[in-house]
Amino acid sequence: MAEATTNGKYKVIGTRPIRHDGADKVTGRAKYGADYTFPGMLHGKVLRSPHAHAIIKSINFDKALKLPGVKAIVTSKDLPSVANKLEQAGEMAINPHHLSMNILAHDRVLYDGHAIAAVAAINGHIAEEAVRLIEVEYEVLPPVMTVDVAMKPGATILHKDLRNQEDGDKQTNVAQHYQFKRGDVAAGFKAADYVVEREFKTAMVHQGYIEPHNAVGIYSSDGTATIYCSTQGAFEVRSFSAQVLGMPVGKIRVVPAEIGGGFGGKTTVYLEPLSVLLSKKTGAPVKLVMSRAEVLRASGPTSGSQIKVKMGATKDGKLVAAEIWMAYEAGAFPGSPVGAGAMCIITPYKVENFLIDAYDVVVNRPKTAAYRAPGATNAAFASETVIDELAEKCGIDPIDFRIKNGVKEGDAQTVGPPFKRIGFIQTCEAIKNSPHYKSKLTGKNRGRGVASGFWFNAGMNSSATVNIHADGTASVVTGSPDIGGSRASMAMITAEVLGLSANDVRPVTADTDSIGHTDVTGGSRVTFATGMAVYEAAQDAVKQMIERASKVWEKKPDEVEFRDGKFFAKGNGVPPMSIKDLAPRFSRTGGPITGRASVNGRGVGPGFATTCVDVEVDPETGKVQILRCTIAQDAGKAIHPSYVEGQMQGGTAQGLGWGLNEEYFYDEKGILRNVGLLDYRMPTCLDLPMIETCVVEEANPGHPLGVRGVGEVSIVPPPAALANAIYRAVGVRMLETPMSPPKVLKAVLKHGGSAQHSAAAD
Amino acid sequence: MHAINYEAPSTLDQAVSILKAHGENARPFCGGTDIIIQLRAGVRRTEHLVDIKKIKELRNLSFDAKKGLRLGAAVPCIEIHENEMMHRMYPGLTEAAHLIGSLQIQNRASVGGNLCNGSPAADTTPALIALGAKARIVGGKGEREVPVETFVLSPGRTVLGPGELLVEILIPAPSPHSGDAYLRFIPRNEMDIAVVGVGVAVTLDGEKVKSARIGLAAVAATPLLASKAAESLAGKKLDAKVLEEAGRLASEITSPIDDMRGTAEYRRHITGVLTRRALAIAAERAKKN
Repeated sequence: MAEATTNGKYKVIGTRPIRHDGADKVTGRAKYGADYTFPGMLHGKVLRSPHAHAIIKSINFDKALKLPGVKAIVTSKDLPSVANKLEQAGEMAINPHHLSMNILAHDRVLYDGHAIAAVAAINGHIAEEAVRLIEVEYEVLPPVMTVDVAMKPGATILHKDLRNQEDGDKQTNVAQHYQFKRGDVAAGFKAADYVVEREFKTAMVHQGYIEPHNAVGIYSSDGTATIYCSTQGAFEVRSFSAQVLGMPVGKIRVVPAEIGGGFGGKTTVYLEPLSVLLSKKTGAPVKLVMSRAEVLRASGPTSGSQIKVKMGATKDGKLVAAEIWMAYEAGAFPGSPVGAGAMCIITPYKVENFLIDAYDVVVNRPKTAAYRAPGATNAAFASETVIDELAEKCGIDPIDFRIKNGVKEGDAQTVGPPFKRIGFIQTCEAIKNSPHYKSKLTGKNRGRGVASGFWFNAGMNSSATVNIHADGTASVVTGSPDIGGSRASMAMITAEVLGLSANDVRPVTADTDSIGHTDVTGGSRVTFATGMAVYEAAQDAVKQMIERASKVWEKKPDEVEFRDGKFFAKGNGVPPMSIKDLAPRFSRTGGPITGRASVNGRGVGPGFATTCVDVEVDPETGKVQILRCTIAQDAGKAIHPSYVEGQMQGGTAQGLGWGLNEEYFYDEKGILRNVGLLDYRMPTCLDLPMIETCVVEEANPGHPLGVRGVGEVSIVPPPAALANAIYRAVGVRMLETPMSPPKVLKAVLKHGGSAQHSAAAD
Repeated sequence: MHAINYEAPSTLDQAVSILKAHGENARPFCGGTDIIIQLRAGVRRTEHLVDIKKIKELRNLSFDAKKGLRLGAAVPCIEIHENEMMHRMYPGLTEAAHLIGSLQIQNRASVGGNLCNGSPAADTTPALIALGAKARIVGGKGEREVPVETFVLSPGRTVLGPGELLVEILIPAPSPHSGDAYLRFIPRNEMDIAVVGVGVAVTLDGEKVKSARIGLAAVAATPLLASKAAESLAGKKLDAKVLEEAGRLASEITSPIDDMRGTAEYRRHITGVLTRRALAIAAERAKKN
């Protein structure tokens, strides 16, 4: 099964064993959040706002409560009053007041789909009928749907108490202004031979995980609660729920179920506090599962945005200045990823003079949540299109332009500190040397585009324990829900250290009472930080076993060596002992062996990717067909190469969908029209070619195995790469996502009808 | 969802009497690929679902060189796709039936159901219009036949009155040198609803068009028969100019809306493009027949 490793240093790392959770998943045995059921369990449904913006004048649920089978109804009156300021919840800062208002609207609804009340009944159908019987009286207000409208003087205000650092005591929809600058921008542009200035728009998009949000809450009479749910972060669910419910963290246990995709969207809470609230009121376990329409209307998509980019370069292709203005839709409450977007937008390049202004703006849309490299994809769509245009003006191949200006070790990041060892240039070179980029693209209306992307990656806290079983095999327990094959990687790291095969290690994701604090599965941090904890926990187990072996041999620990899964005594000719030989003697030599480690993951290695895509545009319909796509990404060290490639392909697929057809389509009243996957158009398998991958391995010096996060950066380049490819196919610069057929056609017709361009790669 | 009565009669008479007994409160039910979704979403409400799949007459798919095709209202799309005769005689309709949803959906969905759902965007309806199909209806005051282009009255509403049931669709046998084609535009490559759908049938007389019919979907409140565009082709060779003019005339009769699937302006443009392209395909087929 496992092939020989290509890296002589390792026996397990770098091979491709079958994932440990695979059999249960393909046979349907894996238990997802919605699969949980308990005796006496009730079913909950949520009443949601039919308006984008309205004051709730009254709620009457007398009729609903009288429907036979209905057990309880909760509204925001059942929630405690909580602090209206940023508070630490794990590693993330949240505003509990805003979170509470999102769980159940307090005095006003702020988006179509905003939760107002929740019903628990003996089955889902009755709960649904009861929801229909709740009478709400609204005073409808004008919806504020886009950042330009929200930022206009005199705009309708969403939150009367919202203030930012610059506008004093003035009411505003701008929650935050970030600014980053370096050098002298005016002087920079003066030195430029070419300046390109463009304005971009990107539409709000959803992560599109297939499994809807779910939660089963069980409140016990001793005042403790247990929550079963599909989440990326059991510890975040615990602390967020505790904040909203006014319960101590230690009274809540969260059991992470299998998860059917998250991509950042399952890092916060929606149903979890409701399930506990309804369980407390009814005394029974309560399950809530969202419909697809609820997922789209009321979970957390990522921001639509408006971005202006002005960049200048000298004739010989040196970037000299950048001036950027960006505003992101936060949704109904502050907290878009615009700050992250600003810190990514030109980070792949050495630019001595820049000024970046970034605004976090509230609008009557669902509160945004994280989505794979949050903020960076919007940003790169703008900057990487302008870079392409500058390269063209300079007459330089777009890949060479990136190599010429690209950051290396020692160059300053946008936020200041210099990069440690990074692999950006290597991703560009990998594309330049790929069979794809070297191939000639021929045919009418075809074009090739490239783009690059940067993402920080995260470290944060992780815990792991490694248990050695009596038969010499092991289990590795972590608190990281597995959304991308991380259990296989954790087992492989353990196996590598212990000298076992990957199959001899069983990886487990534990609940919040069974493992030390572990932050969210997000920020591409699991293989990096949890992997670091696993590596150290396995080393700890080895250290303990060396002591035991020394006891058995009546030697000093430093006279025993561990290599290739065996203990060797120095000196005399005692035959070596395997873990299997030693394990039965644990009991007599001091008890079971459990290796432990908790880490705060320092030494994060940032991620870079470069993507090349070929398209064919139908100039009569504006439809874009993707012909070929290749991505090169720096993984530092690929623990399980198949899952690294899977992450690269998955992010690319999402980025291509974002670029081509995905968008939140609101009508003039602010009502979301495309509330299903029929009209929220993610790419299907017929829309994408097999995505080719080049894994670059530029070891991260901050990790014992050289790992850097690989989960996110692949989504960043595709929309820009598509725009650049479309330009080379039909000669139009697309400045708006999605680059859907009507928009492309409009641009083509404006450009001069069905002008046919011959394919050109450079 | 509220509770619903389900009945599955085995004869046409039984089905009609159940439908008549419940009037407005009953709906015929075939594959359920539209109505179950609508009931669950709360956009339709009914008390009784009358499953018609067990009625033999409604499962008939047969062709007679003189009388043409009889397509039972409950024949699933997959049976059309798997029928060699259908590919030979009515390739356009067969392609339209094979475009609906996915293979799994085509196992359930029927052309009859596609028509009775009354959607202006139904894929098979313009293909039927192009072929001059008629809908045979029983129940109500007796039996009647209705041209398919007049079957849909408005989105979701058809000529079927309370107690009436679509039994089958009747399509004339193609004349010599005839061909049909159906093209739809969707932003993706599958699993989508037509932004525009165009069905055409062409009969040639040598190099020239003897007669043609053009059906349009998703460009007005109901599927349309584009008579003027079709008539403009008579006696002409299908060169670029003639095709362009037919496309223009077809898009002229449309009254599309702006929605999440496309703008009105875009739909009008695509109507012209697809009309041209579908006519060219149908003419190629006609030359071979």
